[in-house]
Order: sequence, then C-alpha cells, then structure tokens
Amino acid sequence: MYDINKTIINDVVRQAWQQKRSDSMSYITGMEVIDETLMHKVISAREIYSPKEYTAIDVEEALQVDRLSWKNFGALLSPAAKPYLEAMAQRAKAVKEAYFGNGIQIFTPLYLSNYCENYCVYCGFNCHNTIKRAALNRDEIEREMQAIASTGLQEILLLTGESRSMSDISYISEACQIARKYFRVVGLEIYPVNSEEYALLHQCGADYVTVFQETYDSLVYEQLHLAGAKRIFPYRFHAQERALRGGMRGVGFAALLGLADFRKDAYATGIHARMLQQAYPHAEVAFSCPRLRPIKNNTSITATGIGEAELLQIVCAYRLFIPSASITVSTRECARVRNAMASIAANKLSAGVSTGIGTHSEKTNHDGDAQFEIADGRSVSEVCADLEKLGLQPVPVDYIYV
Amino acid sequence: MKEDTLMTAEQNGQNDEWYLGDHRFSSRFVLGSGKFSLPLVQAVTEAAEVELITLALRRTNEGGVANILEYIPSTVGIVPNTSGARNAEEAVRIARLAHRICHTPFIKIEIMRDSRYLLPDNQETVRATEQLAKEGFVVMPYMFPDLTVARDLVQAGAACVMPLAAPIGSNKGLINKEWIQLLVDELSVPIIVDAGIGKPSEACAAMEMGVTAIMANTAIATAKDISGMAKAFNMAIQAGRRSYLSGLGRVLERGGQASSPLTGYLR
Repeated sequence: MYDINKTIINDVVRQAWQQKRSDSMSYITGMEVIDETLMHKVISAREIYSPKEYTAIDVEEALQVDRLSWKNFGALLSPAAKPYLEAMAQRAKAVKEAYFGNGIQIFTPLYLSNYCENYCVYCGFNCHNTIKRAALNRDEIEREMQAIASTGLQEILLLTGESRSMSDISYISEACQIARKYFRVVGLEIYPVNSEEYALLHQCGADYVTVFQETYDSLVYEQLHLAGAKRIFPYRFHAQERALRGGMRGVGFAALLGLADFRKDAYATGIHARMLQQAYPHAEVAFSCPRLRPIKNNTSITATGIGEAELLQIVCAYRLFIPSASITVSTRECARVRNAMASIAANKLSAGVSTGIGTHSEKTNHDGDAQFEIADGRSVSEVCADLEKLGLQPVPVDYIYV
Repeated sequence: MKEDTLMTAEQNGQNDEWYLGDHRFSSRFVLGSGKFSLPLVQAVTEAAEVELITLALRRTNEGGVANILEYIPSTVGIVPNTSGARNAEEAVRIARLAHRICHTPFIKIEIMRDSRYLLPDNQETVRATEQLAKEGFVVMPYMFPDLTVARDLVQAGAACVMPLAAPIGSNKGLINKEWIQLLVDELSVPIIVDAGIGKPSEACAAMEMGVTAIMANTAIATAKDISGMAKAFNMAIQAGRRSYLSGLGRVLERGGQASSPLTGYLR
C-alpha cells in the first residue's frame, strides 16, 4: 500500500493501526496556523519527483552547473547518479572547502528529558515504549553542562522528548539560560512550538532550531505517528518558519532516511530548505542526514536500501544544492563513515555523544534510556585528534550570539 | 520560482507566456522608443513583434506626446517611464501624469541622481515602487542588479525587476551577468534585462540564463538598418528562450581526474 519501511512494522504496530486515529492534517487547539502555500508546494514537488526518470545526461549536467535547479538536485539524488558518486564527492569537497575551508564545527547534544507524549512507532522515546524515563533538574543540568564544557566544547544542542507537560517551555528556557553561561552557541531540538515561544527561547539564548520532519509523505507520516502533537503533519512542517519568525538565526531540516522512499524524502527536505531560505533570505539552513537505527524493544529496525553509498550520495546532493548549508553527520554513523563525510561534504560533527539522560557527569544518578543506539562513541578529544589527522580543523564555535 | 515556470512550459507544451501583474504576454522583447524617428516606430515594432514599448514622458518635445502615441500600433502596450526623475517623489509625480496621458497601468521607474553614467538610484527606486504599487500601478523598476534591493522591490510590490546589463546606452553587453543570474535564481517575479545589451547574440545569451525578457533600444536605434536589427533581436531572443527551455547540453571537460578517490572508504 504505502511506501513504509517494513522492518518497523511488528504486531504492536499492527494492533495500534486497528484503533481509530485523529486527522493528522488538522491542527489541535493552541497550535499557531500560518500560510500553508509553501508546504503544499513541497508536498507536490515530492509527489512529482520521479527518481527513475533521470538519466546519465541529467547527472552530468547537474555536475557542471554553478547553481543547481530543482531538476539538477533531483538528478543527483536519482539512481542514475550512482556511477558518478566519486565525481559528486570531488565536487562536493571543492564546494564545501570554498565555503568552510578545512573547518569542522564540533558540538554535543545534551538530552534534558526523555519523557514523550507522542507515539512514533520507530522511536525509542515513544510513549508506549517501556524505557527508563528521566528529566534532569536544574542542578543536574548545570552539572552536565559543566562536564561538557570541560571537554572544550562551546556549542551545545539541547534535546528533549516531546512532552509539554514534563519539559515545558519555562523548563527549556531555563536550560537555555544555564547553557548560555557555559556555551557560546545553543541549539534546540525539541518539540515544535509557536513563534512567540520560539521568540522567548531565543531571548533566553537559543539561536537555532532543528526539527526533523521524518518523512514528507503525509500518508506514511500518518501511519507512523499515531498519537500526540507530533501526529499533526502541517504543524511540524511549519516549525522552522515559526522559529525564524521568532528570531532564530538558523533552522535545521531532516528526513529520517529509511521510513519511506529515501530519495523522495531527501528531495523534499532540500526543496523545503531552499524554499524557506528564499522566503527568509537571512536564514541559515542546516541539514542532518539520519539513517533509521534500531531502538530498545525493536532491534530489527533497519534503514532498508540505504547503504553507505546512498548516504554519501544524499549528503553530496545536499551540499551541491545549497553550498552554504551546514551539514551534520550524527553518531548514528560510525567513526569511519563520519570521518569520510567530514572530509567530503559535512561541516559539522557531534563529539562525546550520549543519547541517554544524565550521562555526561558522574554525579547524576538517575540516567534514563537512550533514544537510539549510537555507532560512534568517541570522546571530544578523540574526534578532534582524528579530524586533525585528516587535515581538518576542529572549530568549537564560529558565531557570536547577539 | 523559475523551476515552476520551466516545468509548466515544458510539460504542457503550451504557449510560453509570462505575466506582469495580471497582464499576459508572449513576446519577450520590450522595445525602447527613444533615439529614432517617430515615423519608424510602427515598422520597428512590427519587425520586433513586440507587445510592449517604453516611452519617456519627459522627452516629448519633438512631436509631442499625442503624436508619438499615434505612431504606436494599438495592439502594443505602452510603458511610460519616469526618466528625468531624481528622487522617489519626482518619479511618483511623473508616473501619475503618465497615467493620465497614456491610460496605461504600467510604469517603468527610472530614477537617476547620476547624470554622467545614468545609473539608477536603487534606494529611491524602492521608495517609489512602494508608493506606486499601493496606488495600483504595475510597477517595473529599472535597477542595479543587487539581490537584496531586488527582494526589497518585490516586497514593495514590483511586478518585475529590470536589472541593467551594462551602463545604459553603452552597448557593452552582459557585464553584470553574475549578478543578474542571482536574481534569476532567487526571485519569483519576471526579470527583464534592461540597458547595455549591444548585440542580438548578447540578448540570446541573457535569455539562455533564464531571464524572462529583454529590453533594448540603443542597439537597435543606432544600427544601420533599424528594422532589420529589431528583427534580428527578436529572433535572438526567441532562440535564447528556446535554448533555456531545452536545457543547455554538457561541456566536456578535459583531463583532471583526482588521484586519490574519496569514495574508497565505502563498504
């Protein structure tokens, strides 16, 4: 029926599908509604995009132009580009170096809380998954940040599970204020909020917001996000735009590669970022390129069909489509892949990562379970040493909050 | 979005039309009416197959406004311009006057504080655009190709932007190519390259870049055969448009294969 990754589907999910579900395209009371034109254009572009129709000639053209059109981007994401992967990598490297030189920004995510009210069937944090839940209190946040800052990092990404009751805006605002004491750049990866709330978080020190749309196929989306605010596709889609309206400097985009047709989702992700940057030319845009990973209580989940070559193809296509975009490769990938990506097309890596709660400082005693299993457990100093061996320069911060 | 335009024209195979506000056009050649004798206007507009002709309201001494209007075929839309205006206020006054005389919704804004090079004043142009768009004009601002200003113009209500390719009247061609390309890539309104295009080949090259239309005057008015050159421009503009829609072919590169493959790490 729909193009859903079959490894996600087990008896629990099949049973859940039997239950009556709400309309995933209708807003819930309290959600800010903004103009949806851009969303409809992105959805329609994804629908029209047909990866199999591209030829070698289209790919060669895309590798020659200075600025890529949508069509050029589509060609680079298509199966026809596979024989051109080396050429894409060479081109992406040159483009990346033109914008970022040999600098690789380093940061770490800090998971504040793993309470979640959503039921996303592929996610380890989902509200029906039996995991150890925890939320850091003020003192614990401070201790975790001290521990992270002592590694030399100056940029932090604050994450929460999506629970407005267990991690409300004032809780996150306070975490931002504490973070500003220890870090020069504070990013957020939290549940989508209204623009006024983004403005408040910006005032408290946060400067960029990342929201993964997961999949841009609204039908697959509906089948994978069965409950909670995240179920509302359009509210999530417009999160980046609301963040920009709230004064955030930058916004990040991602499809979780492996949920649905990854080429079409990567295409939609790029078009979303491009169109939003056209509407808000001052916005800095960023891409993440997460591949689906196994989770606690469903270790059979895999990103079917997306090997390392396909991942590299996507990252290179993002780089060539929006050369100035920041591209992060997370610890969902192993050290070997991340080192190579940093050499070729990515400009940002996390380091010293733990996706659990309260695991950076030894003094925190109630650690919660992790969102997914990480594949690169290198410390900050190990990541930096590896980058230097590759002739790359670890950059702790490249921006001043104003 | 240019991608939308391109796909529509390619997929539908329909007439390749474009819009200024609600007004639809198929010709992508906008002719300037200066620098040649009025009796030639009709022959030149026919040779050029234009649907729009610009007219400087201030340069109407010879023959008077009523006269030149008589020479322009009724099928051709008149775009009065504000040349001579030194600031937004003057441009707005000229525009209102032009509207009363020419009965046309179009106005091309030209504001120059520089009489040696006749460069447009971008800041004043944004101000005039905002005012005239509010008054209901279809505003066509002549501008120096600065992307930030172009965005401001669109925000102010411009129906298109008209970047200069080279100093006006210079016939020097696409000097501002890179900057105009940014406008083509980023803006959703039509881009009409105005000023500096000296040869049909340059008009063709600009159209191949994806601009919407070409405005030319001096290159035609100073040719030996004015009607012949108008026709040549028309053909070049059509060729350039067809080339853009067809997608330029690849250029083969010689040599230069990297010695150490970047993809060696893949498993």
